[in-house]
Amino acid sequence: MTIRYDKAIASEIIAQHGAKPEMLVQILHGFLERYSFISDEAVRQIADELNLSRADVHGVVSFYHDFRRQPAGKVVVKICQAEACQAMGSRELTAYAEKKLGLKVKDTASDGSVTLEPVYCLGNCACSPAVMINQRVYGRVDAACFDRLLASTEDA
Amino acid sequence: MSRSVRVFVPRETAAVSLGADEVAVALESAAQRNHGMAVELVRNGSRGLSWLEPLVEVETGGTRTAYGPVAPEDVDGLVAAGLFEGGTHALSLGPAEKIPYLATQQRWTFRRVGIDDPLSMDAYRAAGGFEGIGRAFELGPSAVLEHVIESGLRGRGGAGFPAGIKWRTVAAATADRKYIACNADEGDSGTFSDRILMEGDPYTLIEGMLIAGYTVGAHKGYIYLRSEYPLARRILGQAIANAREHGWLGTNVRDSGFDFDIELHLGAGSYVCGEETAMLESLEGKAGLIRYKPPLPALEGLFGKPTVVNNVVTLASVPDIVRLGGAAYAALGSGRSKGTLAFQLAGNVKRGGLVEIPFGATLRSLIEDWGGGTASGRPVRAVQVGGPLGAYLPDSLLDTPLDYEAFAAAGGMIGHGGIVVFDDTVDMAAQARFAMEFCSVESCGKCTPCRIGSVRGVEVIDRILGNQDRAANLELLDELCETMVQGSLCAMGGLTPYPVKSALKHFPGDFEPRSGGKR
Repeated sequence: MTIRYDKAIASEIIAQHGAKPEMLVQILHGFLERYSFISDEAVRQIADELNLSRADVHGVVSFYHDFRRQPAGKVVVKICQAEACQAMGSRELTAYAEKKLGLKVKDTASDGSVTLEPVYCLGNCACSPAVMINQRVYGRVDAACFDRLLASTEDA
Repeated sequence: MSRSVRVFVPRETAAVSLGADEVAVALESAAQRNHGMAVELVRNGSRGLSWLEPLVEVETGGTRTAYGPVAPEDVDGLVAAGLFEGGTHALSLGPAEKIPYLATQQRWTFRRVGIDDPLSMDAYRAAGGFEGIGRAFELGPSAVLEHVIESGLRGRGGAGFPAGIKWRTVAAATADRKYIACNADEGDSGTFSDRILMEGDPYTLIEGMLIAGYTVGAHKGYIYLRSEYPLARRILGQAIANAREHGWLGTNVRDSGFDFDIELHLGAGSYVCGEETAMLESLEGKAGLIRYKPPLPALEGLFGKPTVVNNVVTLASVPDIVRLGGAAYAALGSGRSKGTLAFQLAGNVKRGGLVEIPFGATLRSLIEDWGGGTASGRPVRAVQVGGPLGAYLPDSLLDTPLDYEAFAAAGGMIGHGGIVVFDDTVDMAAQARFAMEFCSVESCGKCTPCRIGSVRGVEVIDRILGNQDRAANLELLDELCETMVQGSLCAMGGLTPYPVKSALKHFPGDFEPRSGGKR
């Protein structure tokens, strides 16, 4: 479900943030929301319009976990890997999800259907383990619940 | 003619993660279908009783009757049992304020959270909102500063530095511009008090930032919010827009002659950006590499200007400190830990949630009296307080009082007040290894002890568990930890050894050799 890169729209995203270097992280979020990843074209255009080097932009992109360099799957599943969720079985849940999806954490299915990612804390630590699917958080997710959530994304 | 009934269903991450949105929809359609009665559905914040979420409340005759936890499929039965009249049902919890978990708390910063629609300006003002900034305008900046100093309020983000002293430094600095930077990058596992506040009472944070700006002479504030909090982002974004519309942000705030505005920035999944100087770098659009200190951010912070960096709960505690006076806040707490702290019970705990009480209670009391023990029903084995950089404590240390100094004396760190409980199935060697692994993933890379030390730490722990040169590697791990503590530039590398060393000290049996090497 990759959206075609469009220079005019990219320019708009940059302009929305005033095209200022100090807005780079926010601009990259704008690209992430639209394209689900930061492409080489995006890095080039952002560097040009902010009057930065491509190395500058790349340095920022590669620093942050959010800014993936490959398109995300249609469904993005993030499983919390932090301590509170570990105490409630997130390691086992992650292993289950990897098996169920036939993917390793940080991988995207070859058909582009789903991306599995780690996340370190969704702030839902009283209702662990926590999972985020397409920006929505779910709590007390066990294997059965995980299956249900996945099935519901297929209906959508 | 039916009268209007107010029904409350939280719009808060924990509640929504357990089906609150679906419950709200089901309640609305049940109201239309069965009763034709006027039901006003209010999406409030959470009262912090996460174990009871979704917690539905019905207001009848001035009493709010609570039901919970309510699943969407419970709604029909609840309505049949007379939910809209406050009727009795197996999920009834009685009057919300009388639920012991809540009734035994002493709410200061969180007193409004969960009561009403967090975006309602009228509800906020009716509950004393914006009285703090109003009082500040009457008192003038230096008197406000005295109240904050007198309150003894210390930074709730983890370091516990006195807020008033920091503010005084910024106020005294001479510069053409100054900033307020609110750290809302609540990255420690087991912590969610900032989130509950931002989702449940965002105007309090805005008001706290206004007061900070007025006190130190800053006209621009930034909130650095973690990207893992999409709901908080929506609510906070709307709250900022509403505040601007009502003249509480912008030029000449409510005809006071004071200009102040707030910009909401998103983090991007980096843990180290919760460290204040890394956060400032990120706010400037750069990679979150930490800065050397000095200079202190209070003197050379955001864009090189004097900057107050405080976390959400710190700033949100200020409006009532100004409204009620610094002495009222200082009257709470123990020793040099004044006021209240919103502890967060998390992990393997039966009744997880937010507990705001004065400093001084014991960890055991929180875990047992409020938390009800483990969720699994098994014995508590280890408790990590203060996030991923906090020590693991065994049962024998649970009677330590929760105040900054007493806790530090026991080798712990209160940090942001997150308490993560583990039962007796926990593998403490795996937890120690994870601490190093997490540091290697999240290190900003600026200093060697953290960047390389964490990677070596994982390897050394693996060798210990694989029974390779065990004695030598144990000694090496000890030395490595010492190097990281002494040589790292910030708390990331400097504190990572705490969970590792505490696990080794209190749970040495878990580090015995295993057949087949690491698990």
